[in-house]
Amino acid sequence: MKKLATYGVKPHDSALKEDGSSWSLMEKLFLGLPLDQYIGQAIRNKFNWVLAVIFAIGFPVIIYRFIFSLGAVTHASYDYPWGLFLGFGLFCMVPLSASGFMLGTTVEIFGRHDFEPIERLALLNGLLGYFFAVVYLLVDLGQPWRLSYPMIYSWGPAAVLFLVGWHVATYLSVQVMEVSTAFFEWIGFQRGYEFIRKGTVGLTVSGIILSTLHQGALGALFVYAPGKVHPLWYSAPFQWLHYFISSIPAGLCMVICVSTIVIYTMKWRCDQRFIDNLDRITISLAKGAALGLITYLIMKIIAVAHDNEWAYIVTGWGVWWLFEIIVGVIVPMALLAYGAHNKLAGICRIGAFITVFGILLNRLNTALIVFNWKLYQEIPHKWEIIISITIFALYIATYRFILARLPILYKYKD
Amino acid sequence: MSSKISRRRFLAGSAAGAALVMHPGKKAFASGSFSGFPDGMGVLVDLTRCVGCRTCEAACNKEQKLPEPALPFDDYSVFDEIHHGNQKRRTTDKAYTIVNRYEPEGSDQPLYRKIQCNHCNEPACLTSCFVGAYTKTPEGAVIYDQHVCVGCRNCMIACPFHIPAYTYHSVLNPVIKKCIFCYDTRLKEGRPPACVESCPQQVMTFGKRKDLMKIARERIRKNPKKYIDHVYGEHEVGGTGWFYISSAPFAEAGFDEDLPKEPIINNVKDFLAMVPVVLVVWPALFTGFHLLATKGKSHGHGDDHSNDKQEGH
Repeated sequence: MKKLATYGVKPHDSALKEDGSSWSLMEKLFLGLPLDQYIGQAIRNKFNWVLAVIFAIGFPVIIYRFIFSLGAVTHASYDYPWGLFLGFGLFCMVPLSASGFMLGTTVEIFGRHDFEPIERLALLNGLLGYFFAVVYLLVDLGQPWRLSYPMIYSWGPAAVLFLVGWHVATYLSVQVMEVSTAFFEWIGFQRGYEFIRKGTVGLTVSGIILSTLHQGALGALFVYAPGKVHPLWYSAPFQWLHYFISSIPAGLCMVICVSTIVIYTMKWRCDQRFIDNLDRITISLAKGAALGLITYLIMKIIAVAHDNEWAYIVTGWGVWWLFEIIVGVIVPMALLAYGAHNKLAGICRIGAFITVFGILLNRLNTALIVFNWKLYQEIPHKWEIIISITIFALYIATYRFILARLPILYKYKD
Repeated sequence: MSSKISRRRFLAGSAAGAALVMHPGKKAFASGSFSGFPDGMGVLVDLTRCVGCRTCEAACNKEQKLPEPALPFDDYSVFDEIHHGNQKRRTTDKAYTIVNRYEPEGSDQPLYRKIQCNHCNEPACLTSCFVGAYTKTPEGAVIYDQHVCVGCRNCMIACPFHIPAYTYHSVLNPVIKKCIFCYDTRLKEGRPPACVESCPQQVMTFGKRKDLMKIARERIRKNPKKYIDHVYGEHEVGGTGWFYISSAPFAEAGFDEDLPKEPIINNVKDFLAMVPVVLVVWPALFTGFHLLATKGKSHGHGDDHSNDKQEGH
């Protein structure tokens, strides 16, 4: 598509064609290109080939998992009941998808319409992250067809996971509604668009409530395991705050990362408004993320002080903890703050990528690496890794498919 | 007048909402001081008496109709098994109780330790289960309903003793498997579990938990040289139905001595207490922010770019 754009081919971006007639659904799906042109650009795109290879290997393994049980694709470990599917799929994807409620709050609640060009990207990032976290969950659950049990059949309301389940389900529907405005515009369902727009403030506020609680609840899940999670990563009173606060820079930085990737690989799809505003918005988001990271850093240190765990820092695990804090929190915080102060979007982008790495490291640490620190460490099964990569590739493919079509990066012309 | 009605309606609505969301938190709080059913049964395990004959493992296998193990129960080479580099055997979906051998420092006698579900007074598995599959019965057993298990395995994360196992290799009906104190076949009728009855050394004593605790204390008092002065399970994670006395420090027999003295759920309460607060306060707070931030400004969306170039903070 990049190549076509250099020849002056424009993708579909408005309700009506230049001659005044309307686009058909098929034409919209093919980006307004003739079929042969569409297929030609899809085949020329090397990334499509990478995805094809991943899917060719990964989908059979996923089918294998459902025919031959979870034990066939994992170590079936009793000591590590949660492997990569939850350690990465749930605990990493959810904080990185906090962008939806962050930008929703900024634009809709605080009325900062200057962030509007990126609002829809943030909402979509939130929706897809949550949706694929649920996909990971469905692969991991022993009996995914019973997923509705905690909702309707058998309640365990005192459990943190009960809260997570309910909130992720509710929040997913809130996000579907938030993103549906873009979809309604695209298919040309004006009344649906207006109906949802009326409820925006209500949807956004419920998004904040649900996000605060389940981002925190994911942390609270590990509070159940005081003997298993290493004390430096464990804090009964502060764990939920750590998870909630770190989800703020995580979500903001994920938007910076995605917008960076988009501006380099899908510039043909971005309109001038998005391109012109992106650096300014990146710097503003970086400012917010830097503030989030400093708050998070202070909370982490307070937690160590509160439980008087200083002695652990001089152990081997302590060095690993310091690595996470310095490389995953302090370095990106400095980069983001420096970039935001001197208005250097490039530095902010580097800081954002490192922040995302830091969040991944923290969640994987708590869920897998320092979990069972008194027992032994386990490297996930190779098929578990392949399935995790496949679902992530599916996430990227869906992301790209939607970005190329719906008015997320560009404004729909009526 | 009309404002009064709407205010009242608002308050009623808030109260109902608060009551709804308070429910889980309240339940968790109420259970905080719970120290077991008064007549709950328990088992006192005296590690000094165990000779590692594995009769209890065999009895459990038969009673619970578990599959035959790879090595017979009179094969003692299992004590030398090491898994994952440094791990002795543990409970699995095919073995609800396991005996392991330990060599305490400064003792020429090996020490054997039987592991199975400890049937906590306030079980972490129970409080972590989001479908409420677990039940602590008045008789003292922690049982579970396989028919509602979704397979999230949170109970395996929560159990401080690494007890629940999972039938990972079942395709259509994988569920949690663990010791249930022989509840269905024995405890319900007041009989001791199969392992206790089978033991030739009387390592285990079955009875009311509160009576057994007195016996344990009495044994330590009468023989202070033989026993260390600690009943493991008296206070650990809020007290357990099965508890232990030993001649060597418990850490040397593989017990985790760093466990909190309070039920695991107490750790989660800080968070659970926040839930109703967030649910009730956030809507008012953020709607208020919205009204303040957008006062006098256009509420329009997408058509208002007058402040696109605004640089804030």
